[in-house]
Amino acid sequence: MRARLSARVLLPVLLLLAPAALAIAPTRMPTPQLEARYERLIHGFRCMQCQDESLADSPVSLAADMRRQIRHMLIAGDSDQQIRHFFVSRYGYFILFKPPFVARTAWLWLAPGVLLIIGAISAIMVIRRRTVLVKSDEEEPVEDTVRGKRS
Amino acid sequence: MNRYLIPLAVFALVVVVFAIGIAEAPRKDLVPSPLIGKEVPNFSLPSLTDPTQEVSSKQLLGHWYLFNVWGTWCVSCRMEHPELLQIARSGAVPIIGLDWKDSRAEALAFLKKEGDPYQRIAVDRKGNEAIRWGVYGAPETFVVNPEGIIVYKYIGPITPQAWVQNILPHLPAAQTASAGS
Amino acid sequence: MIPELGEFALILALVLAALQGFFGIAGPAFKRERWTAAVTPAVAGQFVMVATSMGCLMTSFIDNDFSVRYVVENSNSALPVFYRIAGVWGAHAGSLLLWIFLLGAWTVAAAFGTSKLPREFAARVLGVLGVISFGFLLYTLTTSNPFIRLDPPWPDGQGLNPILQDPGLAAHPPVLYTGYVGLAVAFAFAGAALLEGRLDREWARWTRPWTTAAWAFLTCGITLGSWWAYYTLGWGGFWFWDPVENASLMPWLMATALIHSLAVTEKRGLFKSWTLLLAVLGFSLSLLGTFLVRSGVLISVHSFAVSPSRGEFILTFLVIMIGAALALYAWRAPQLKSEAGFELTARESFLLFNNILLVTACGTVFVGEIAPIIYTALGFGKLSVGPPYFNPTFLLSMLPLLALVSLGVHSRWKRGGFGDRGKTLLLTFAAAAVIGCGVMFGVFTGGGVLAAVGMTLGVWIVLSSLVDPIIRLRRRITIPRSVLGMTLAHIGLGIFVFSLTAVQGFTTEHDVAMPIGGVTQAGAYTFQFEGVNRLQGSDYGGVSATMLVTRHGQPVAVMHPEKRNYWVQHIVTTHSAIDMFDGSNILVALGQDLGDGRWSLRIQVRPLVTYMWIAALIMAAGGMLAISDRRYRIAQETAEEPAAAAAQGKA
Repeated sequence: MRARLSARVLLPVLLLLAPAALAIAPTRMPTPQLEARYERLIHGFRCMQCQDESLADSPVSLAADMRRQIRHMLIAGDSDQQIRHFFVSRYGYFILFKPPFVARTAWLWLAPGVLLIIGAISAIMVIRRRTVLVKSDEEEPVEDTVRGKRS
Repeated sequence: MNRYLIPLAVFALVVVVFAIGIAEAPRKDLVPSPLIGKEVPNFSLPSLTDPTQEVSSKQLLGHWYLFNVWGTWCVSCRMEHPELLQIARSGAVPIIGLDWKDSRAEALAFLKKEGDPYQRIAVDRKGNEAIRWGVYGAPETFVVNPEGIIVYKYIGPITPQAWVQNILPHLPAAQTASAGS
Repeated sequence: MIPELGEFALILALVLAALQGFFGIAGPAFKRERWTAAVTPAVAGQFVMVATSMGCLMTSFIDNDFSVRYVVENSNSALPVFYRIAGVWGAHAGSLLLWIFLLGAWTVAAAFGTSKLPREFAARVLGVLGVISFGFLLYTLTTSNPFIRLDPPWPDGQGLNPILQDPGLAAHPPVLYTGYVGLAVAFAFAGAALLEGRLDREWARWTRPWTTAAWAFLTCGITLGSWWAYYTLGWGGFWFWDPVENASLMPWLMATALIHSLAVTEKRGLFKSWTLLLAVLGFSLSLLGTFLVRSGVLISVHSFAVSPSRGEFILTFLVIMIGAALALYAWRAPQLKSEAGFELTARESFLLFNNILLVTACGTVFVGEIAPIIYTALGFGKLSVGPPYFNPTFLLSMLPLLALVSLGVHSRWKRGGFGDRGKTLLLTFAAAAVIGCGVMFGVFTGGGVLAAVGMTLGVWIVLSSLVDPIIRLRRRITIPRSVLGMTLAHIGLGIFVFSLTAVQGFTTEHDVAMPIGGVTQAGAYTFQFEGVNRLQGSDYGGVSATMLVTRHGQPVAVMHPEKRNYWVQHIVTTHSAIDMFDGSNILVALGQDLGDGRWSLRIQVRPLVTYMWIAALIMAAGGMLAISDRRYRIAQETAEEPAAAAAQGKA
């Protein structure tokens, strides 16, 4: 039951500690419109080196480089679509927090609607069956809420 | 069909997905590059050894090469350095370096001390070029063919085993033969 | 000696859990009186052993025993005692032990709670709990033993993960786990019913308080986690749709659905097999959450140290436990028929909609949660699924649910309709629309359709929930605690929806570079940056800034955001300063030194965010109040029924 503690054992543990330092990038864009687009964009990209953090919040230097890239592209007049395409063509869909709606991801976007439709159909089936049973059901349940006029 | 079996069936599907998830978990940190099969990003950057010279994607057309992203600040890059030297010595394939977000002085000092496996080294001081290559952590190594198409990307330090198992198979047979000697 | 004692106790607990599981399930099955009678002693013995083991690990932490690897990895002699104790659940192995300990505590409670129920049923409940405990004990001992020694011992520990060094977090895992594990009791009740092949209204009444209790703890646990994330992670967010957060939300949604379907099953004997399924799925999802968090198949900010072998074990355990329960379900459920009927506008219908919408919401979160795994499994590479997916899809089923709450509360059982409440409902809705839109335009000056809908629904839920209690008060009719609890929980929900809408719609956020002495504006507030001071803590150093906050020229607060450098782990953390005025939550986080006396700072003004957490706690309090209803005290069950009917004031 005795084990020797080596750097090899401990390393993975230490690497997994999420650095909680915060990246605060107080860069102002030339216009409020660009500023708003910049904010939206950096919140929509994943930091590639972090566990589930956006470019907006990540303190790592790669994220800072990517923010700078986005800034330059915005000032150069690129559209949001072009900027997203720039990153997706290099890092894949993984870099987007919002999965695109394409053939490979259609199931993901359709799933909530399909689930809701299945739910609605089941509800209709159950209620149809139960409304028929009301007549034969002799129980008169006591109301939980107070009803009628003051007695 | 017994509709009460549906939950069990759904659960069985979920278990299959999870089993695949476990098998894939060790590769979780490796993001496959969409650049594979595409042309390398066009670049023209100053050379590390002589800043007046340029290293460009055009110069590199016409032969196979490895494009290795590294930095002296990167611990794993130091780990793979001996293997890079070994590959350079074997003459299997030229290695082009991209010195990523590094200080020139430190990079030169490091290469002087440890040896220089690179045929040429481009400098990416600010990190703009690495983003164009879809780099998210050093070291990363791209295998590029004579047409300038990226055929493979290896993420992480190249070990002797990784060289033989992962990278060599993507190089043409002639190179493989000379590397085996 | 102490770690060895702890490990030995754990092994004994494993044996006792096996006996508990065997006697509990085989005793009633083979009609062996003696086996059945042996279950309770096994429960007691197992709990004593687990508690001993827990005590041993805690002692090792308090005594700074750095010959124990787990202690080395999660503690340090410089840590205050409080955090040394919290270090017990600071990582994987110890939090598993905590899980088992809490399961033991719930089992003991269940043993007391079921002592007046039919003996065989009680034995089966405890038996199922024994099997679960056995699985987790085996898991701990084989893959995650916290008592492994080091030779030679280390001079000092590596310290507790700094982001965990916080009173909110120290309390978060135990509370959350109490909720997770509590669902095991509901699962065990379902398991016992499935083993017996019998399920009646009594069963629903027995199960309800346990489910509600687990749900209340789960609610508190999630709230604590959200609150902790808000002020520790430093981003100013309170919900990230992170896989680990989702793993706690899914069982919560299922438990909420289960509470409502149990109400129908108890009242009308309806939805029996559905209720059983929800009980099974609720706990399955909490097991699944454990799997997702610990196996490392997903990427999360809250990642535990993971290894695939741990994942394989949990997956196997999942297959055995859930697979068996669902197979048993497929076999037994067809026998559970009910002939009760109800109309479209009956309360049964509304509770059915509630269940379908909650389960749909849960399914949506589940699909989004495992989508990256499916995407990879299909050979497409890697995919991220973040808030831009979860927010709209979750709303798709949540909005109709919130719109139906008020209607459901005032609908009648069976024949349906709202009777004389129809007018009241219209009135409360009109009032809610006026108040909601009034607040939106008056206080927040503007907002979209979604904000208007959210605020109106929030207010409507609160107002319509108040109708029944007010009528009862005026007519001097007593309110049963279960009804009062439900009302309170719904009021909490309404406040929650209202505050959440305000936070989502009207938050101001600024990242600024400020020179010392600089001034900036956010919302109605003015911030003056006074400077930074050095900071010295027990195991960290750092800087603390001083920020003067004024509103219309009046000083309202002095805030001190910090940036700490934990020297043991070489980790820098951001500690935001948070203050509340007029319901608005102001957050100031300190970024980096930009040189020339300039610092980067993040300033956020979030209206009503605190009320959101308070609202969640009100919901939990409602649950706790409902449990205390006399109806659930078994001894009085027969005497209670006519009295309750009389108290309803039914003419």
